[in-house]
Amino acid sequence: MYKILNKRLLAPNIYLMDIEAPRVAKSAKPGQFVIVRMDERGERIPLTICDYDKEKKSVTIVFQVVGSSTKKMAALEVGEYFMDFVGPLGQPSELVHEDLEELKKKKIIFIAGGVGAAPVYPQVKWLNSVGVKADVIVGTKSKETLILEEEMKEVAGSMYVATDDGSYGFKGLVTDLLKKLIDEDKKEYDLVVAIGPMIMMKFVTKLTKEYNLKTIVSLNTLMVDGTGMCGACRVTVAGKTRFACVEGPEFDGHEVDFEEAMRRQGMYKTEEGKKLLEDQEKAEGHKCFVGLDGEE
Amino acid sequence: MDKFKRTLSKEQSPEERVKNFKEVSLGYTEEEAIKEAKRCLNCKNPMCVPKCPVAINIPEFIQHLKEGNFEEAARVINRDSSLPAVCGRVCPQESQCEGKCILGIKGEPVAIGKLERFIGDWSRENNIDLTVKSDKKNKRVAVIGSGPAGLTCAGDLAKMGYDVTIFEALHEAGGVLVYGIPEFRLPKETVVKHEIENVKKLGVKIETDVIVGRTVTIEELMEEEGFGAVFVGSGAGLPKFMGIPGENLNGVFSANEFLTRNNLMKAFRNDYDTPVKVGTKLAVVGGGNVAMDAARTARRLGAEVHIVYRRSEEELPARREEIHHAKEEGIIFDLLTNPIEILSDENGWVKGMKSIKMELGAPDESGRRRPVEIKDSEYEIELDTVIMALGTSPNPLITSTTEGLDTNKWGCIIAEDETGKTTKEGIFAGGDAVTGAATVILAMGAGKKAAKAIDEFLSK
Repeated sequence: MYKILNKRLLAPNIYLMDIEAPRVAKSAKPGQFVIVRMDERGERIPLTICDYDKEKKSVTIVFQVVGSSTKKMAALEVGEYFMDFVGPLGQPSELVHEDLEELKKKKIIFIAGGVGAAPVYPQVKWLNSVGVKADVIVGTKSKETLILEEEMKEVAGSMYVATDDGSYGFKGLVTDLLKKLIDEDKKEYDLVVAIGPMIMMKFVTKLTKEYNLKTIVSLNTLMVDGTGMCGACRVTVAGKTRFACVEGPEFDGHEVDFEEAMRRQGMYKTEEGKKLLEDQEKAEGHKCFVGLDGEE
Repeated sequence: MDKFKRTLSKEQSPEERVKNFKEVSLGYTEEEAIKEAKRCLNCKNPMCVPKCPVAINIPEFIQHLKEGNFEEAARVINRDSSLPAVCGRVCPQESQCEGKCILGIKGEPVAIGKLERFIGDWSRENNIDLTVKSDKKNKRVAVIGSGPAGLTCAGDLAKMGYDVTIFEALHEAGGVLVYGIPEFRLPKETVVKHEIENVKKLGVKIETDVIVGRTVTIEELMEEEGFGAVFVGSGAGLPKFMGIPGENLNGVFSANEFLTRNNLMKAFRNDYDTPVKVGTKLAVVGGGNVAMDAARTARRLGAEVHIVYRRSEEELPARREEIHHAKEEGIIFDLLTNPIEILSDENGWVKGMKSIKMELGAPDESGRRRPVEIKDSEYEIELDTVIMALGTSPNPLITSTTEGLDTNKWGCIIAEDETGKTTKEGIFAGGDAVTGAATVILAMGAGKKAAKAIDEFLSK
């Protein structure tokens, strides 16, 4: 059993929790994720690691209520327990393995969509700790749904916000904002890291392809075990089948078959959910798509 | 009484059992077990014992059983195996103990598996405590994986007095016994949980949710946590796919995913949160026990089920009993058939499968006749779900994070047959992690040998 040490409502339906998990806290690295299970009859849900503290033996997760399991999670209070909390899973961000001097020369921009700000945060924080200031774009529906703004500002170089309704920062999509930064503000980047709903990552890679700009994405596929034993999370990358839970979740965005990944992600959606996904597809970037999909 | 005919045990009828997940074989009653035990000739040089990978003294336990002395029989088995209720159910006895029974020459061999199961079940139902106490050794051993190999190795080491901790990646202990083999062959709540409790009673600690290679490394266990030796029993859990077009369509599963959702996550029950999709017409590709398990599970979820296998019935690697049960339950066998493409509807869901007919050619290196495609025999069938049961290989997570722990070209850990010694001092390995996918009892045998070798290593 894994104790909830802290709980905070970041935005409507978006929660942050610190969970006591000494082994995970000790081994976690930016880019990795955990799998949680609420109770005896619960399902296993993958969630990205947002932060970790070896001393406090705690791991921070951020989740959005999108279904019955996340609803159950949101109902738990400080002092209560998660039945299972396993990790860290997946490969750490490639940045962790890079030569520090090389890394310091790089101009990196992170693009976070909705709750994707949570998995972006540990990477930006880690870069800051080794002396690299990365820029960050956070895209969200409105000012009200923006999360982790203060935390991010503290560790980022420049922090930009894009809201669909223009209630805060730039009005429009993250892709429009990136385009503006490069075209109008003459910003130069060597690397883009995009984390958020699949459809957002797809459109980011479509745009960065035009600029021939290397882009890493973190795929939130369906998962069961998260250890490579089932292949529920399989995706096609550069024409090859890869297991996101073991070989990912980060891949070169220009090599990912997003159509297939999005289709597979919707496999267990209810009829209603499937319709939502279809509508999103139809909207193809003309409407807001950020925040419709959570971590599930 | 016909001495050459074995005593039958009751089974759920096929019509009834395809509608539930309850155990198919109901096992012997006391009278039936004694009657069957009396057929044993108590051979002076029993041929059955050496064929048992953990060398249970079969004539001795059966002798006690004949006399109705069930507790004594349980003690005899317990000397060599901690999982009789499991092994009695899932061992391929026809190619092990029962395969060499002398009665099998002229008639049917003694039903050793069913007798072992009877004793296992009887001890559980009567709360027989088989714990053997020994002096504490004050030395720690880590066991990675709580499947049959790990449980056996841990149990044996605990009996010798070692302080043993099992590290399990999933949320429940048991390995393939909980996620792979279905409820209708191996009940989880009663049989599996109880046998794991027995291992815990010996003093073995089980830490679930620990993925060695990610949560902690072997090096950390040995250098920081004080484990003097490690046994790797992490199995072969990595599923294989065919590499044919359409394999990533919605509705295509590995057997591991399908079985894990049903067995471990209980997706077949409405009161559990994990979903599972089976359509109305489904194909399972493969011919082993896992294929039979997946097919029979899908049948219970209401689908029309086809087993698609590229060789003929004779070469099916599954146990005869499973094939027989599958047929009784209405599973259709499409033999000498090899899928070449999975077909998609406009939304990316499976709508059918294109296969080619095969014929058997000359024997290959393994001695089995090689299947050869028959020209222009491609045909399509309509389907909405495909399950790939093509076998598994060891997961590289542990070996890739442990320097000096070598594997062969199939990714299996290199370990000595008799001791489980690997290429790295203090690390032992056994079961599917070493052999590739094999049987429960072979894994137990390997766990047993390794426990002995670990004791010798730590006693030096």
